[in-house]
Amino acid sequence: MDFLTEVRWSPYVVGAGIGVLSWFTFLLSDKAIGCSTAFSRTSGMLGRLLGGRKRIESNPYYRKFPPIIDWEWMLVLGIFIGAVISALLSGDLDPRWIPPSWEARFGASLLSRLAVAFAGGIFVGFGARWAGGCTSGHGISGTMQLTITSWITAVFIFVGGIAAAMLIFGIPESPGV
Amino acid sequence: MLTALHGRRKLQLFLGLLAGIIFGFLLQKGGVTKYEVIIGQLLLVDFTVVRVMLSAVVVGMLGIHVMKSMNLVNLHPKPDSISAGITGGLIFGVGFATMGYCPGTLVGAVGNGNLDAIAGGLGVILGAGLFASVYGRLQRNILRIEQPKNLTLPELFGVNRWAVVIPAMALIVLLLWWLDGKGFRGL
Repeated sequence: MDFLTEVRWSPYVVGAGIGVLSWFTFLLSDKAIGCSTAFSRTSGMLGRLLGGRKRIESNPYYRKFPPIIDWEWMLVLGIFIGAVISALLSGDLDPRWIPPSWEARFGASLLSRLAVAFAGGIFVGFGARWAGGCTSGHGISGTMQLTITSWITAVFIFVGGIAAAMLIFGIPESPGV
Repeated sequence: MLTALHGRRKLQLFLGLLAGIIFGFLLQKGGVTKYEVIIGQLLLVDFTVVRVMLSAVVVGMLGIHVMKSMNLVNLHPKPDSISAGITGGLIFGVGFATMGYCPGTLVGAVGNGNLDAIAGGLGVILGAGLFASVYGRLQRNILRIEQPKNLTLPELFGVNRWAVVIPAMALIVLLLWWLDGKGFRGL
């Protein structure tokens, strides 16, 4: 069982594993893997908690995606547990607040990294709901079902992402090293 | 089809959790729960993310279409319009590069100890909530999301699914093979 304690697996093995996992989610649960709807449901739960019960109940979006704990919400919770298990087994659990490459480029200010991550998150949440899915729901599950919109969304996620990353970090001098 | 199993709500919640644990385990082993790997992909210097995604798609595609042909599964193509996919994808992409994680990998990132993803996750919840709060107006005035007539490529071309699945799988394998030849081994 040495492979369980390895820090990294081949991306092809990981990808194939996710592909096989998809077979089972379709077969056993009649579901495609996806993550962003759970964040939408959580926003509704928090809104309800913060006293906006009527607004949440009358909101047409939360009627479409009610703020409840469903299969996908449990999937997202599981991702956390699975990542902890994997990182613990390989000794790769290294708590840190600022990614090393961020710190090298923008300094060690905790507040600025958290503010930028939070702002980026707002775009991700808004964009994912606009598109109707994210890197998993459209990018993996949608494309394997040959959904036209999913292929287009996946391409435009990378178009926007590559452009923004190169604006933030500059165009790398020696790609492909 | 295992319809009786699909209807067992509590068991399904457990199966969702189990699938998530496996998914999170794989994401961490693949390294995509790390800021450097995601940004490396968007800067086109580390193709780990694309390798993981495309190999998941090619393996997943084969299995679900075999099972569909045997009438063992339903497919669930998302009903979103192409224009919503373009606009939403671009907005998402900008956030993806800024946060350095996507909704699934950010949860795994927290599990991996990358705690800045907590701030990112709170942002995603807020962003999704903001979208819900403007959805009614957006839908009336801008989105007018209508379900496209043909959701999938086989429907669009009016052909048997295998006439698309086999060439699509071949193209993805070729693309992965080409990427491997180009190096792009990582940062």
